Amino acid sequence: MTGSHPLPEAVARDKTATAQLQAGAPGGECQVKIGGDWRLNERVPSWNSVLQNHIAMNVRVVPDDLGKWDTSLLLFLVHGRKWCAAAKRDFHVEALPENLQTLLRQVENVDSPKPASKAAIQSNWVLAATFAKKLANKTRENISFVGECTLGIVSLARHPRGFRWMDCVVEMQRCWASSLPIVSLVSFLVGVILAFQAAIQLQQYGAAVFVADLVGLSVVREMGPMMAAVIMAGGIGAAFAAQLGNMKVDEEIDALETLGISTVDFLALPRLLAVTLMMPFLALYANVLGFLGGMFVSATMLNIPAAAYWIETQNRVGISDVTSGLIKSVFFGLAIGLAGCLRGMKCERSAAGVGKATTSAVVTGILMIVIADALFALIFNVLGI
Amino acid sequence: MKNNSSAPVIEVKHLTCGYGETVVLQDVSFAVHARELIFVIGGSGCGKSTLLRCLIGLLKPFQGDVAYFGKSFIAADATQRREILKTFGVLYQNNALWSSMTLAENVSLPLEEHTSLSPTDLEEIVALKLTEVGLSGSEELYPAELSGGMKKRAALARALALDPAIVFFDEPSEGLDPITSREMDRLILQVRDTLGTTMVIVSHQLSSIFRLADRVIMLDRETKGIIAEGTPAELVAASTDPRVRDFLNQNEAFPKRTNQPSGGVLAHS
Repeated sequence: MTGSHPLPEAVARDKTATAQLQAGAPGGECQVKIGGDWRLNERVPSWNSVLQNHIAMNVRVVPDDLGKWDTSLLLFLVHGRKWCAAAKRDFHVEALPENLQTLLRQVENVDSPKPASKAAIQSNWVLAATFAKKLANKTRENISFVGECTLGIVSLARHPRGFRWMDCVVEMQRCWASSLPIVSLVSFLVGVILAFQAAIQLQQYGAAVFVADLVGLSVVREMGPMMAAVIMAGGIGAAFAAQLGNMKVDEEIDALETLGISTVDFLALPRLLAVTLMMPFLALYANVLGFLGGMFVSATMLNIPAAAYWIETQNRVGISDVTSGLIKSVFFGLAIGLAGCLRGMKCERSAAGVGKATTSAVVTGILMIVIADALFALIFNVLGI
Repeated sequence: MKNNSSAPVIEVKHLTCGYGETVVLQDVSFAVHARELIFVIGGSGCGKSTLLRCLIGLLKPFQGDVAYFGKSFIAADATQRREILKTFGVLYQNNALWSSMTLAENVSLPLEEHTSLSPTDLEEIVALKLTEVGLSGSEELYPAELSGGMKKRAALARALALDPAIVFFDEPSEGLDPITSREMDRLILQVRDTLGTTMVIVSHQLSSIFRLADRVIMLDRETKGIIAEGTPAELVAASTDPRVRDFLNQNEAFPKRTNQPSGGVLAHS
């Protein structure tokens, strides 16, 4: 705009904003003449620098070759008005452009004192209590979700015909297809890495052939199921949380609830079952790729023929080793599914909430996998498996 | 339709609800009778949506009761609750169509869950429902492929899937242009007149309120409850409450527009 500024934009160059005090105007007033272009991103006079140490007089603000202006001028005037109010003097702006006066009136109450924010006056005890309450709520929520899932599985076992098998198959397909390439690569490389590490030590004693034992056992008992589970937690667990979180944000979950459809049965169980059923297969597949990785290193670097490697592995790795890994992987799958579905369904109703739910699903999933693994290590140790 | 007795279809008794420790509505009571088309109105933040969430069971009230056909919804056990849920359909503000399913699947899911119809019957009913809302032939489309108005229609078709006695609408004309919004209103009236459905509509669209409402319930944020109840015409003519008059005033005096550029701060760059 600038009704007061006739120059076209291209020609007009910003003039420095000015504010000059002129004392001794008639009626015991002082005049503040404002001129130039007032811009937020340039230096503009401040009210205090204009007034300096002047004794309080009524103030009249008048434009003097005022060019373009923005909120910086408004702020200047607001400060002036505040100063005058504090000094109990009049503040006249009648000579200023109409729209500026309107703006000034609109922000009349801008600096009314705000009540101290709630957070600021809360003591540490209150904060601790709130935190404890939140934690208790969360725990209850988690337990009730696990309970609902358990009930769902029980009712599924009783009436398998009512279950949405098709959804489950689709999810299984998704688990398998999306994880296969990355599981292949990671498991093969884990085999390679283990074989390298073992070879360096074992070669010193001329026992290079035992690389097969070491790789075989570590892959089958730990690394295969674990790596497959971590990849699934990152891929599938996150996908579950994002899908369900998005459904929550879009009220799709509300729509199911108001139709009397159990969201756990409808959404969580097919996913949970899919990932739990697929996990052992993926772990088995990861085992095979791990063997191949070890075999590759042995054949190319240690001059152990593949057949010898295979026989050595067969001698050392028993069926109980393989089963112990697979049993674990079932529980890893359960953990991934539970974490993903729980976080997704309890997601906050915002885009940020979906992001948080996804991250949280992955973190919770991996945490639960590691805890479960530790527990199994203990149990297998006690049982002597 | 389903209920011929004079008992109200929905009865809200001394309902107090909110979130966490914030009370949004306090001691609200009202009743809705069969075939009534009732609007819940009020400014933003007055608790319209909170009331709706309470009515449809997504939010547990702090106190009070909601009864459908004389049966308490709040105190209902799982089986009774499921029965009550079957008696109403909900059209959500952002439609809440299941995005991973086609329109046909969206409409047929409630039927699959609550009836034992044969697949061919299901298909026919779905086609009927979609035709009723003017979406015949769109069975295989996904929600993402629809325009805003079509999504609303599809959501209505799903809400009507089980031939509910009551349909709740959360801001049915939100985000629609005036023409589509008018079409939606026409559709709502048509459904009410043909199926005799009781309708509860949460909205602040004045035009829809005046076109459709049999009765209006106005909520207020400060009062945390109902400040006015009646037909829109009654409220306009007789209400002395400035909040009600202000809300329903269609020709509010607006500052006269001038043609001369008045120039704002933002016009200065």
